[in-house]
Amino acid sequence: MTQAASLLEVRDLVVEFRTLEGVVHAVNGVSFRIRAGETLGIVGESGCGKSVSALSVLRLIPQPPGKIVSGRVDFDGRDLLQLPKAEMQAVRGRAIGMVFQDPMTCLNPVLTVGRQISETMTVHLGLGREEARRQTLSLLEMVGIPTPELRCDDYPHHFSGGMRQRAMIAMALSCDPKLLIADEPTTALDVTIQSQILELVKRQRDRRNMAVIWISHDLSVIAELADRVVVMYAGFIVEEADVFKLYREPRHPYTQALLDSIPHMDTAGPEELRVIPGSPPDAMSLPPGCPFAPRCTFAFDRCQRENPPLSSAGRDHTAACWVVAAKRKPP
Amino acid sequence: MNDSPVLVSIQGLKKHFPITRGLLLRRQVNAVKAVDGISFDILRGETLGLVGESGCGKTTAGRAILQIQRPTAGTVVFKGLDLTAQRGESLRAIRRYIQMIFQDPFASLDPRWTISRIIGEPLRVHQIGTPQERQARVEELMELVGLDRMFNNRYPHECSGGQRQRIGIARALASTPDFIVCDEPITALDVSIQAQIVNLLEALQDRLGLTYLFIAHDLSMVRHLCDRVAVMYLGTLVELGGRDELYRYPLHPYTRALLSAVSVPDPVKTRSRPRLPLTGELPSPINPPAGCRFHPRCPQATPECQTRTPVWHESSPGHWVACCLAK
Repeated sequence: MTQAASLLEVRDLVVEFRTLEGVVHAVNGVSFRIRAGETLGIVGESGCGKSVSALSVLRLIPQPPGKIVSGRVDFDGRDLLQLPKAEMQAVRGRAIGMVFQDPMTCLNPVLTVGRQISETMTVHLGLGREEARRQTLSLLEMVGIPTPELRCDDYPHHFSGGMRQRAMIAMALSCDPKLLIADEPTTALDVTIQSQILELVKRQRDRRNMAVIWISHDLSVIAELADRVVVMYAGFIVEEADVFKLYREPRHPYTQALLDSIPHMDTAGPEELRVIPGSPPDAMSLPPGCPFAPRCTFAFDRCQRENPPLSSAGRDHTAACWVVAAKRKPP
Repeated sequence: MNDSPVLVSIQGLKKHFPITRGLLLRRQVNAVKAVDGISFDILRGETLGLVGESGCGKTTAGRAILQIQRPTAGTVVFKGLDLTAQRGESLRAIRRYIQMIFQDPFASLDPRWTISRIIGEPLRVHQIGTPQERQARVEELMELVGLDRMFNNRYPHECSGGQRQRIGIARALASTPDFIVCDEPITALDVSIQAQIVNLLEALQDRLGLTYLFIAHDLSMVRHLCDRVAVMYLGTLVELGGRDELYRYPLHPYTRALLSAVSVPDPVKTRSRPRLPLTGELPSPINPPAGCRFHPRCPQATPECQTRTPVWHESSPGHWVACCLAK
């Protein structure tokens, strides 16, 4: 696929948080791209930089203490990091929609749900009040909220967690974005509601040919809807591959260990779950070599000294690991 | 001590939270029926999983069993003693043998106490041993749960989520309990840390002969960890059975829907799994639906389900269900 076909291309993104205790290296040179209509899953544990990467695309990290040190975010032919504030404002919610993890803190508690959804459309699309309300009702119906004409004038606290997340999705989709960024949108929800939300997003994505960045720590959810997956660890991308390939042949020791540490419900798994010893490194003082080396069972001396770059681990498959790089036979 | 395989027997347990109105003439207008009549046995040495959606009453059930919240009705018989009838000193004495591991490792540890003080608290409360013996026991417990001794004089904020949960486990084990209620002990933890804690719980059970009631909503982890599984819906039990039996041949439509909603970490399998979507959401436990509580969301509901309350019965040996359609 050529570069021109990318809808969003993030290159060498570096994001830091300068706190009183020191500099937190949240994102350390992350590059990924996404084509129109494609779903990219970003998976990793808390603190791995997955949310910060996605928020930086929209320049939504608080600055200060946050700082986008370097990198480019090309979206539809423009570098979003260079846009003036007003133009950036016009991209957020219009061309790129966003859904967050906790819908309660993202909705304004003193405005009705309907008003918050219409506001997006009056601001970005210049719709009149009547028209915006009509659109809001059809959006609420589309995301599966029963009797929208009654629920439209409810406040967020009248809604359950699942309904709030539906309302957030309605808001994110209201201006027909080309890209939807979803940051752990189902983490706070029950499995039954989670599966409803996943179906809803899949249906809307396919209908609108919308690209989706889905951020999650849950490998099962990513398996459900991603086309391509990026695995992050300590602010670095450690592996990237097609979703089927990644789960079938994970190459990076971290991805392998992660997949082995979760029980598979449909098969009687091993008696004991595989454990990744230790915990992720402190983002204030990253080890000099590979960030996963201290927990890696395959690490050798080079891993302690040098941080491996992403290199080919098969067709359309990259991994940042010296062991993988050493084993890789020429194709 | 008796040799019965049943360690804890729960009969008709209810916990209602009153809703009151009026300031001077306070009167009860209604009640949140968080747990509304559940009966089951917990066998010695087993791990019984209790699963259900949030708001189904599983946490309240766990708390009511341990008498952290006194039940509205029903009995909890532990080693031949009805806990609901115990008061004051006799209840305090029995608490030594029934402990709890909490969901949130951040909220359940006192931030101003050192780790060794937190772990040693049950020993002090129950006046077990001399101060020196207690300190030795704390160190032994820390080693048992895999905490470095250097944490002894540290505070909870210096520990990671996984380490805090280890502290919570060590505290629960301090008074050598027989029965531990684990209330979503891994939900707040990262994936790679979850496996550490689950393996620790399993190892401790083997070593100390513990019995767990494992409250969770992660059905994959429950299948991995539990011997038997109970499914709760809106304050009542809908199904209970051996793990493999329940996961392979679920009888209740709710169990089937719940199991079908779980995603598995395999893109080929998870995309081809048949889905039984549940429509709508959990009804209010203040006015639960008449008849079968699941009927408004049940894909197989018949008119009979709207009026007839299903009976909790043993459909096949060891497999209990409450559904009018299940034989």
